[in-house]
Amino acid sequence: MSTVITVEGLGKRYMIGAAQQRAKTLRDAITNAATAPARRLRHAGSSTGHVSHMWALRDVGFEVESGQVLGVIGRNGAGKSTLLKILTRITQPTEGRATIHGRVGSLLEVGTGFHQELSGRENIYLNGAILGMTRTEINRKFDDIVEFSEIAEFLDTPVKRYSTGMYVRLAFAVAAHLEPEILLVDEVLSVGDVAFQRKCLGQMNQIAGSGRTVFLVSHNMGAVRGLCTRVIEIEEGHLVADGPTEEVVNAYVAGQLASGGSILHLPRPLGIAEELLITAVRVTDETGNTEGPFHSSQPITIEMDVDVARKNGAYQVGFDLLSAEGLVLRTWHTDGPPDDWPRLGVGHNTLRCTLPSGILNEGGYAVVPRADVYRSHWIVNGDESVWFDVVKDHLESPFSWVRNPGPVAPLFDWRLADDGFGEAAPRSKRKAAAESPSPPTPPR
Amino acid sequence: MAVEVEKAPPAGSFVTVIQPSKGWARLGLKELWQYRELLYFLTWKNVLIRYKQAVLGVAWAVLNPIITMVVFTLIFNKGLHVKAPYGVPYPVFSYTGLLPWNLFAGSLSAAGMSLVGNSNLITKVYFPRLVIPSSAVLGTLPDFLLSFVALVVLMIIYGVVPTWHVVFLPFFVLLALVTAMGVSLWLSALYVLYRDVQYIIPFMVQLWMFLSPVIYPLSAIPPGWKLVVYSLNPMTGVIGGFRWALLGEQAPNGYFWISTAATVVVFVGGLYYFRRMERVFADLV
Repeated sequence: MSTVITVEGLGKRYMIGAAQQRAKTLRDAITNAATAPARRLRHAGSSTGHVSHMWALRDVGFEVESGQVLGVIGRNGAGKSTLLKILTRITQPTEGRATIHGRVGSLLEVGTGFHQELSGRENIYLNGAILGMTRTEINRKFDDIVEFSEIAEFLDTPVKRYSTGMYVRLAFAVAAHLEPEILLVDEVLSVGDVAFQRKCLGQMNQIAGSGRTVFLVSHNMGAVRGLCTRVIEIEEGHLVADGPTEEVVNAYVAGQLASGGSILHLPRPLGIAEELLITAVRVTDETGNTEGPFHSSQPITIEMDVDVARKNGAYQVGFDLLSAEGLVLRTWHTDGPPDDWPRLGVGHNTLRCTLPSGILNEGGYAVVPRADVYRSHWIVNGDESVWFDVVKDHLESPFSWVRNPGPVAPLFDWRLADDGFGEAAPRSKRKAAAESPSPPTPPR
Repeated sequence: MAVEVEKAPPAGSFVTVIQPSKGWARLGLKELWQYRELLYFLTWKNVLIRYKQAVLGVAWAVLNPIITMVVFTLIFNKGLHVKAPYGVPYPVFSYTGLLPWNLFAGSLSAAGMSLVGNSNLITKVYFPRLVIPSSAVLGTLPDFLLSFVALVVLMIIYGVVPTWHVVFLPFFVLLALVTAMGVSLWLSALYVLYRDVQYIIPFMVQLWMFLSPVIYPLSAIPPGWKLVVYSLNPMTGVIGGFRWALLGEQAPNGYFWISTAATVVVFVGGLYYFRRMERVFADLV
């Protein structure tokens, strides 16, 4: 095994505050230049002046062996994407260095460089070239790409007439056929339908299995667990953990739960002001408890305040319910039949989602609010979360006093096969009556 | 439905070192050569899109200079009595000036906006950023070639026979491209920093044309220091050379070399300025 990526003391500094609104117009540049001497006098002695800096990444160092599938995790804004942007040479580091042996391919966003007016065929060539393929390489893989994307009959249609699903499939198909020795990936798996996502994961597994090095930045702990052999965690620009996948992911999730306690408020509205904003998320139970801990024997309600600026029938609002293991249950307000969907009107809406009793396990849970325009784009993509604690008290067994393994602890129906209800029948019936939803009682 | 993934070639054949660059960057022309296929595809895209979106498509490449030539002839030749030298018909005279001028003006408008217009590429994928303005400049070539065909027709109609100088024409086309590229490099990089550039370009192109020998002949400029100053305009040499190659008008002497020197300064300066600013494009665009 040889080392293919060596990162030493890597750092990236951004200017923020006054400096961020740097001369965007010539007039500003001229007034800046004219007043600079005066400003320098005023700020004499202070080395920074009105310029403040923020280190998005600092002192990061690690090595990646050839064939490793490395996962990079961390909260939003921790510096993961900055690291990826430096390794793909999109932006330069401020200090330190990285040495990469081998051809690098990146999937920072699928469909980069696609042009609406061009046909599928033309976009395959254009996008392939942008991603670093040569013309002969694209010619050789053209049929595979078309087959993978399942758009063969629309090859000569401009992509502006494609559905979002087709567009994404084509874009990923091109990217998936890159043959770099090192593949850098950022959250591409959050698009497309489930079947296609599975196919993409399969493709990535294959790339990973072929001795290529993969560098995967993701919020999706499921994908990280499934694909990565080693994980590094970045927080506030620093490398804080590096080790085997299970170890790092479990510690990360546990740490988020511990540090979160029960934070039940969003620090800021999430979303796109011109479309839709999630302004608040509340967790309550039937007794009006909003602080937690909550009881698994009672339904728990997640309330989301949603401000809609522009009406769109394709909005989906929902959340990921994240357990201590990092496993995700995703739910949308549009999961039911269309006639039952709560209608979001322009202005203020409060969506209420009830988690039935008898589902949740002991411990901490996170609600990660999400919103998107169906098959188009994310409005809120896992940027923040609220945390709450649950006491598991719906399992009345004396044996069931510890936390069950797993993200949820539902009560399933247990009985002996030969004599139906047997002796346990009265008890089981009582429980069924006490709980909702009640397990169906088969006819005798 | 499995896709064959070939065995990775041995690592180490291709080493990239990423570290902060300081001061004046190297030009990285070797890397630009490695990305020539991307340059080809982006140029092809620029051309394709321009023609796909327009109803008359390719016809605009010819209509634009022809209509301009007709207007110039009516206003400046018939109205204001501007004469072409050496007995060349004014329509042919002004058209030969419009060809390199449109190449230049078209490049400036397309390339000046190109970096900001392609911000989605710049913030997502690495490639030498020089590819973007280069492809915008090269994308004006098909228009140029089409309008050149119209020139041939025009010369036949007016019975203008080119001199043997015409063998130098490719050199002057190249000079026009280098000039367009030089100014475009400055404008595109400046536009990332200063959004005013988008308002300046149309205005600048308009004024610049009056300062170049498009409408009037070079001989209208009095010789001496006035001609020297006038020749600092890189387009003076390009258009002058063009007319000399096609119509035999005024040999490229002193004025031409001053102008070409100005082109070289603008081009090399533009290359270095672009490369220096390149490292912050992704953070600012």
